Amino acid sequence: MKNLGRLKQLLLGAVVPVAVLVFWQIAGSRPDMAGIVPTPLAVLEGWKTWVFGASGGMSLNAYQGTWLSNVQYSGMRVMQGFALAALLGVPLGLIIGWSRLGSSLFDPVIQGLRPIPITAWLPFSIALFGIRDMGSIFLIFLGGFYAIVVNTTQGARDVERNLMRAAMMMGATRGQLLRRVVFPSAMPSIFTGLRIGLGISWTAVIVSEMVAVKSGLGYVLWDAYYVGRMDIVLADMVSIGIMGYLSDRLIVFAEQRVLRWRILQNH
Amino acid sequence: MSAIKIEKLDKTYPAQPPVHALDRIDLEVEAGEFVALLGPSGCGKSTLLNLVAGFEQASSGSLMVHGKAVEKPGPDRGVVFQEAALFPWLNVWENVIFGPKTQGLKASDYEARANEMLHIVGLSDFKKHLPVQLSGGMRQRVGIARILTLGSKVLLMDEPFGALDAQTRLTMQELLLGVWQQLKPTIVFVTHDIDEALFLADTIYVMSARPGRLQTPISVPLARSRSIEEATSESFNAMKREILRQIRH
Repeated sequence: MKNLGRLKQLLLGAVVPVAVLVFWQIAGSRPDMAGIVPTPLAVLEGWKTWVFGASGGMSLNAYQGTWLSNVQYSGMRVMQGFALAALLGVPLGLIIGWSRLGSSLFDPVIQGLRPIPITAWLPFSIALFGIRDMGSIFLIFLGGFYAIVVNTTQGARDVERNLMRAAMMMGATRGQLLRRVVFPSAMPSIFTGLRIGLGISWTAVIVSEMVAVKSGLGYVLWDAYYVGRMDIVLADMVSIGIMGYLSDRLIVFAEQRVLRWRILQNH
Repeated sequence: MSAIKIEKLDKTYPAQPPVHALDRIDLEVEAGEFVALLGPSGCGKSTLLNLVAGFEQASSGSLMVHGKAVEKPGPDRGVVFQEAALFPWLNVWENVIFGPKTQGLKASDYEARANEMLHIVGLSDFKKHLPVQLSGGMRQRVGIARILTLGSKVLLMDEPFGALDAQTRLTMQELLLGVWQQLKPTIVFVTHDIDEALFLADTIYVMSARPGRLQTPISVPLARSRSIEEATSESFNAMKREILRQIRH
């Protein structure tokens, strides 16, 4: 019975996307639409060549078998920038949320810089790092960093007072309070920050690759638009969506491992 | 030497106007004595307990535990909180050994003791459970086991059974009396429940509110080991009437 319910849900969820795809296919096949929006089937065709390459002969098609390497370029940049953001953002957020001195020292800087959109950092980033990976990674780092640091700070501030008292009563030092009470208490907020930060990191990688480097899904997106390959543009967009979704699932998977106590609490 | 010696203790919270929470508190608790602080909500009994625990600082007066002035929280004064305050990400066993482990003791130094204390509170079979998987009463048992494992000589209990249902409450009271008789710690037990204070304590201090003041202590002449039967006896009821009279004042 439960499986039947799930199947029904799945089918219901597919109704609207399928309808849109069918409408798109029919509308896109009209002669007066040709060259503006490619049909779903044309997108699939272009995507297939982009992924697997075309068989035989020379061709002017630049999008042959390069999909995976571009996915890897973007994925690696996100991983590096995001890892940097987490490695810096989590400890800094804990310190800001937990220590008055840390808050006075760092919070004004972060709150002051945070309203500057990461896209506004683009020229500065290119001037600083040139058209190289670092320029892109810097933007990804920045995008992820704010979300992580702000959420971690909130989590560290919201530690239940009696948990701190209990730990002090059992002889915990300040350092132990931070590691053994504040950090695990803040874990749910840290994960919220990581998930939001990762989403922003994907935005940042696409924007930065359009301008600051010559490879990756963002670069292809803009490049394909310039040469009028809308099928590749659309395939690229879907690829970005899939990558964003999969990386988010990875964090959720880790979260379910680490926060079993929290999940049980909410049931 | 008394376990706890409090003289002319005052606590005022800065506010507009200032809140005078405790007014010239004098209290002496002997080693191994079971004392109840009884009073209505907001009378400052929890504040007094927090001062002894070292969670808050007095405005004036002196507060000594085992001859030493209290400056900060420490393992010599174990606290049982109203909502247990267990670490939700640690299982029962990890919660119970948190103290000795945090103090850097070797596992061999505390494991036997932790096991014994878990046995005393009847939770030997629940070591791997997370706090969220336990009932309210069981969580309080963990809270008690962890300060017993800590080796605290003074136990400070802030309405620990206030949130439990009547039946569980009675079981927990009997359990606590059993623990106390076995290990003889000094206990300061905060409650607003007259029956509970009478059933558990050697001495009851009734507290009046705003500002919090201690009334004349009442010794409970009931015999030790107390049972449910005694909690309904004539002398029990007579004492209850006497305490009610004090509270009405």
